[in-house]
Amino acid sequence: MTGPLLQVRNLTKRFHTPAGTVHAVEDVSFDIPRGSIMGLVGESGSGKTTLGRALLRLIQPTSGQIRFDGTDIAALGAEEMRQMRRRMQIIFQDPMSSLNPRLKVGDLIAEGLRAFGIGSRTDRRDRVAALLEEVGLSADHMNRWPHAFSGGQRQRIGIARALALEPEFIVADESVSALDVSIQAQVLNLLLELRDRRNLTMLFIAHDLSVVNYLCDRVAVLYLGRMMEIGPTDRVHRASAHPYTRALTSAIPQPDPRAARNRQLLQGDIPSPLAPPSGCVFRTRCPHAAPGCEAGAPQARTISAHHQSYCKRTEELYGH
Amino acid sequence: MTGHREAMRTPGDTILSVEGLSVGFGRGTARVAALRDVSFTLGRGRTLALVGESGSGKSVTSLALMGLLPPSGRILSGRLDFRTPDGRVTDLARLDGAGFRALRGPGISMIFQEPMSSLNPLFTIGDQIGEMLLLHQDLRAAERRRRVIEMLELVEIPGAAARVDAYPHELSGGMRQRVMIAMGLICRPALLIADEPTTALDVTIQAQILDLMRRLQKELGMSILFITHDMGVVAEMADDVAVMYAGAVVEQAGVLDLFDRTRHPYTRGLLASIPREGLGPDDRLVPIPGSVPPLSALPPGCAFAPRCPHARPACREPVSLEPKAPGHLSACIFDFAGEAA
Ligand SMILES: Nc1ncnc2c1ncn2[C@@H]1O[C@H](COP(=O)(O)OP(=O)(O)OP(=O)(O)O)[C@@H](O)[C@H]1O
Ligand SMILES: Nc1ncnc2c1ncn2[C@@H]1O[C@H](COP(=O)(O)OP(=O)(O)O)[C@@H](O)[C@H]1O
Ligand code: SF4
Ligand code: SF4
Ligand SMILES: [Mg+2]
Ligand SMILES: [Mg+2]
Repeated sequence: MTGPLLQVRNLTKRFHTPAGTVHAVEDVSFDIPRGSIMGLVGESGSGKTTLGRALLRLIQPTSGQIRFDGTDIAALGAEEMRQMRRRMQIIFQDPMSSLNPRLKVGDLIAEGLRAFGIGSRTDRRDRVAALLEEVGLSADHMNRWPHAFSGGQRQRIGIARALALEPEFIVADESVSALDVSIQAQVLNLLLELRDRRNLTMLFIAHDLSVVNYLCDRVAVLYLGRMMEIGPTDRVHRASAHPYTRALTSAIPQPDPRAARNRQLLQGDIPSPLAPPSGCVFRTRCPHAAPGCEAGAPQARTISAHHQSYCKRTEELYGH
Repeated sequence: MTGHREAMRTPGDTILSVEGLSVGFGRGTARVAALRDVSFTLGRGRTLALVGESGSGKSVTSLALMGLLPPSGRILSGRLDFRTPDGRVTDLARLDGAGFRALRGPGISMIFQEPMSSLNPLFTIGDQIGEMLLLHQDLRAAERRRRVIEMLELVEIPGAAARVDAYPHELSGGMRQRVMIAMGLICRPALLIADEPTTALDVTIQAQILDLMRRLQKELGMSILFITHDMGVVAEMADDVAVMYAGAVVEQAGVLDLFDRTRHPYTRGLLASIPREGLGPDDRLVPIPGSVPPLSALPPGCAFAPRCPHARPACREPVSLEPKAPGHLSACIFDFAGEAA
């Protein structure tokens, strides 16, 4: 099968709350090619988690399409969706806090296999042992309790658990954010190995742009639920065509005391998602905002292959 | 910038000198040593970054300095010599409650990682900042309020005259951290201890706060002990750096020296683990294998040995932090001088 594994079109998710309607994700479209890692970045509250969960239909999208391997999963019935879930998994920031503390590591990893009635008891044991080895742990860890593991080891257990059903697609939501850098590097390298060995497709959600630049093939930048820019990592990182991406990139502290700091400090905070600004939602903080930015949401402008910016002034500012 | 980073230091210019600090939690055989023989010095007007991974002892160090260790924690040994604004040297390890109360504020003050948990939700920010003044200066209410508003303006809170009456929950995370900084600075402390002041913030807000702290330090001429786990923040803020691992300082140097001539294998491993500019698409990070052992199960000798690529039997003997070059200390039996990291 060729073509992107995931095609998302005009995805919108709004939450209706007593305070008003939260525009968590608005009109977002993108593809994720098979065997590649798409990074999703943005400040907190920009809609990353909501988007990731909507892709797996852990929450119901308000509107839009999500085609997984050609099938629109937004329209699937319960049993069809259950079967589809085998093919898509999620890894959380701390997998253990969301799992049953009374199960041993082996049972946690085998839970999905059991739920789908896959293999005999011994088959499942062998499978768990192989998975533990694959994520850099050892087979005899299966008889231990999860709380006895360090943060990095727990993240490996979470990955083994997500891999058990041999999914094609994984959403990793802030999966390395709580880890110390020396451990974070171990887990990032493991994810790269898995992508290559298993041809895994991944949505990697993170607020740390330097981690995303290291790991991901493509990056999508969200702000207040809207897409700002999307493209191959190298293009978005080094030849960004959007003022928000540029500000985000320049805000990363570089581990180099001689690095020149020509930083574009963004003023103020993200506005409330209850009342996002009209037109371009970034305009209240954008150093290049002009009167035309107030009317109508910016449309995608194609910069180069697979590289799009949602800024009305892209041509003027960056010569595209 | 580089000029003041490389400024010469004389002993009289030292505002804080920590020597051989050990802290234990619990009693008897259940006692674990959270800090083992920690030493570092902070020059007046400079910023010393205390950097290390989770559990390395950064916060315990700052709590010991502030006299705020929990009841289960005890200073087992060590000197914490602080030069007060009037030039006297006080050993904080021997200070009692009253001594600390007099010192906190104009002498040393601290800002914490999580602004929400250190601000009282029931009082306005103006009351809470003013409270700090009340403890140390006999001012009339109107004068206190004026000073508080002035402080809020200094930390660039827009509409300070109105915001002074706001409650913490009415402010964004970045604004709350500015309020914490205002509280820390209102008594013009000689030494500011900042424990991960930007870790909970988005990078765009972090950039604003770091920028603000750099400018305030220049304006007020204070010394800063800046605690962080982020080598990027270290590179940006520090004049000097002390690297901690498993309750001990393993390396201390000026910031340029630390990055250019990294000497300790742990610091080298840390730097090789960080995604940074200039990595090509096929370049891989080099992680440190394994993880930090629990404090109750540290190996004898060098605590980093189980993860160190250079470890050998001699590393099981005690190692201490020693000068390997002028101003550059490392706790390793080897001296990896000047090699590329
Ligand atoms: N109240 C306490 N009782 C027992 N042990 C403690 C206590 N406070 C801290 N410790 C231990 O002391 C060690 C150092 O903790 P500390 O909080 O200083 O780490 P840190 O370097 O600040 O880490 P982080 O980056 O996670 O904030 C840890 O092993 C911790 O578990
Ligand atoms: N269940 C919910 N009800 C109401 N608002 C929500 C809910 N979940 C998320 N939101 C809001 O949607 C926006 C996007 O949130 P989220 O997707 O968690 O962002 P991120 O993961 O980028 O930090 C935020 O304003 C958040 O408060
Ligand atoms: S559309 Fe206008 S406000 Fe939005 S990013 Fe572009 S220049 Fe800035
Ligand atoms: S003393 Fe030995 S184990 Fe410790 S850092 Fe040096 S070489 Fe490595
Ligand atoms: Mg999230
Ligand atoms: Mg701490």
